[in-house]
Amino acid sequence: MTRTPLRPLARVLDARSQGVNPSGIERENLRLRREQVRDAGRRRAEWRILFLAVAFFAGYAAIGAKMGMLAASPVAEPEAYAGESISGERADVLDRNGRLLATNLVTHSLYAETRYLVDGVRAAHELGRIFPDLDVDRLAARLTDPDRRFAWIRARVSPEQAQAAHDIGEPGLLLGPRDMRLYPNGTLAAHVLGGTTYGEQGVTAAEIEGIAGIELAGDDRLSDPDLADVSLSLSLDLSIQAVVEEVLAGGIQVYNANGGSAILMDAYTGEIVSMASAPTFDPNDRPAPALSGDPADSPLFNRTVQGLYELGSVMKVFAVAQALEMGLVTPDTMVDTRGPMRFGRHRISDMHRMPAQMTVTDVLVESSNVGTARLAQMIGAEQQRAFLQSFGFLDPMPIELPESRNVRPQYDPRWSEITSMTVSYGHGLSMTPLHLAAGYATIVNGGTRVQPTLLRRTNPALGERVISERTSRQMRAMMRRVVTDGTASMFGEAEGYAIGGKTGTADKPNPQGGYYEDRVVATFAGAFPMTDPRYVFVVTMDEPTVFAAGQNRRTAGWTVVPVVREMVERVAPMLGLRPQGAAEIDAMLRLR
Amino acid sequence: MRAVFYMLAAFGVIGLAIWAYDQNQKTQTALSDVRDLRAEIRSLNEALDVQQAEWAYLNRPQRLRALAVLNFERLGLGPMEGRQFGQIEDVPYPQILASTPEDTL
Repeated sequence: MTRTPLRPLARVLDARSQGVNPSGIERENLRLRREQVRDAGRRRAEWRILFLAVAFFAGYAAIGAKMGMLAASPVAEPEAYAGESISGERADVLDRNGRLLATNLVTHSLYAETRYLVDGVRAAHELGRIFPDLDVDRLAARLTDPDRRFAWIRARVSPEQAQAAHDIGEPGLLLGPRDMRLYPNGTLAAHVLGGTTYGEQGVTAAEIEGIAGIELAGDDRLSDPDLADVSLSLSLDLSIQAVVEEVLAGGIQVYNANGGSAILMDAYTGEIVSMASAPTFDPNDRPAPALSGDPADSPLFNRTVQGLYELGSVMKVFAVAQALEMGLVTPDTMVDTRGPMRFGRHRISDMHRMPAQMTVTDVLVESSNVGTARLAQMIGAEQQRAFLQSFGFLDPMPIELPESRNVRPQYDPRWSEITSMTVSYGHGLSMTPLHLAAGYATIVNGGTRVQPTLLRRTNPALGERVISERTSRQMRAMMRRVVTDGTASMFGEAEGYAIGGKTGTADKPNPQGGYYEDRVVATFAGAFPMTDPRYVFVVTMDEPTVFAAGQNRRTAGWTVVPVVREMVERVAPMLGLRPQGAAEIDAMLRLR
Repeated sequence: MRAVFYMLAAFGVIGLAIWAYDQNQKTQTALSDVRDLRAEIRSLNEALDVQQAEWAYLNRPQRLRALAVLNFERLGLGPMEGRQFGQIEDVPYPQILASTPEDTL
């Protein structure tokens, strides 16, 4: 802007010459200049107002938009534990009838924040009085350590201890909530449930992690916060489990056994109604795994899924079933049972003298090793291997227990003719009682494969067909004969419930090679009621002996069979099975 | 005219402010109620868990068995047995009335 002088000389001289007051020129110029300044100021003010209006509009628009979005968005529930990433929540485990097997309880943890402590030494001494096993001097040192702000005292305290600690009146001693896993039934179904331990620990919560059994297998499902209110239902029946464990423990005591196992399984759905392994433990106070010695002697060892045993004569059922299935024999075909039978440098003999010839039925009923080996020869090694493979006997048996995952049956991979002969009567193939239960279920249920499970199933899972309906029916009649006339006839007959099955007494392998003379694993596997098999059982006892009828008896017929009979007589009414009269059983079995 | 408009606007603003404040207070009260209820539900749930655990603990089969043995003289409880099942013939049928339907009509 060019600035014009207020009194330009040329115009002043002009005005003077014309006789006009020159100060009018100055006023005029001043007026013009003020107008210029005023216009510039107004323009700037207008811009400011516009800018402010836009700014306010944008601000209110933003707030309005936010309010609109809040009003339109769905209501979000505020988190119960805001800012707490560790959760101790865990779903309950129930049995098939909804009875509690495992649950969470809220208890307290005790810790100290040293900055609030008034007298650390006194607090340590008072705590020592509540917890006698506490190292008072060490705790006092920790509580008075100036570099330390926080100290755990106990991860879990009882309500009485919590009150006593509170009564010390020390502001630095604080109680935090702490979930605890509780197994209200104690040792019952301990091997199935497994146990838990604390994972990550925080002040207000500690993560509970499964370390064994169903707690480990279902860890993701049980610790899922979305499913914390949805219980996990197992196939076990608490009352049945209690009876089975009681009878098994009684049997182990009476027959001086080292241990034993029992499986009771639905023959159609594969649901395991009861699974017991003795000795057992309390999952509330799970013992530490043994670091030395044989892990199989530990109470933590689940014999039903971890124990690999040569199960002995119970395997004869499969040889006979295959011979029937292949059409090689009928139940009445005569088999050469002269013993001892020599094959290479091996010698196969029977426990007691057998007639020179027996029917196939009698081979099973009297449990002839020689007769079964002859059947195996007729079947052929490859065929036998494929048949056992179709039952799943050569692979780990999948079940919801992490312990079973790497338990692979042991056998000679070459599967020579002598292997096939020994396997036919239960030596040379080590597998678990669970394998056997699944196999027996297939034999008696009409011939379809069964997948054992510990989870409750709502509908039967029919597997692929392994043997024909007809073979299954013939096998049922033979297995019934074992109890009425054969190796289990002494103690096997339960009142009103037609048990059928096969005994097995297998010499235990000596770790130094060969077999022990006087140590056996006795097994009784079968099903009841044989008129229409609903449940399959496998009971084993480790090194049972009883002095009866003038000598020490170890065979299954003297040891396991009476235990099974007791078990069936107790359990069958609880399973809702009506007892049948002897005439009724005979009639139903003869009809087939 | 203009003065009336300004007055009305001022009263409107004041009224809206009171309403907004009221809503704010109500919301906060409701939220705090929800928090309290949630805490109460949690504590009741915990109490329920304790009760259920205790119920399961008191009804554990070992204890019931021991109690049944202890009180056998009074209660006479023993294991369930197959012969306790009845036959359908054992169930007495209701006595067939001697009267004919015509009489009752």
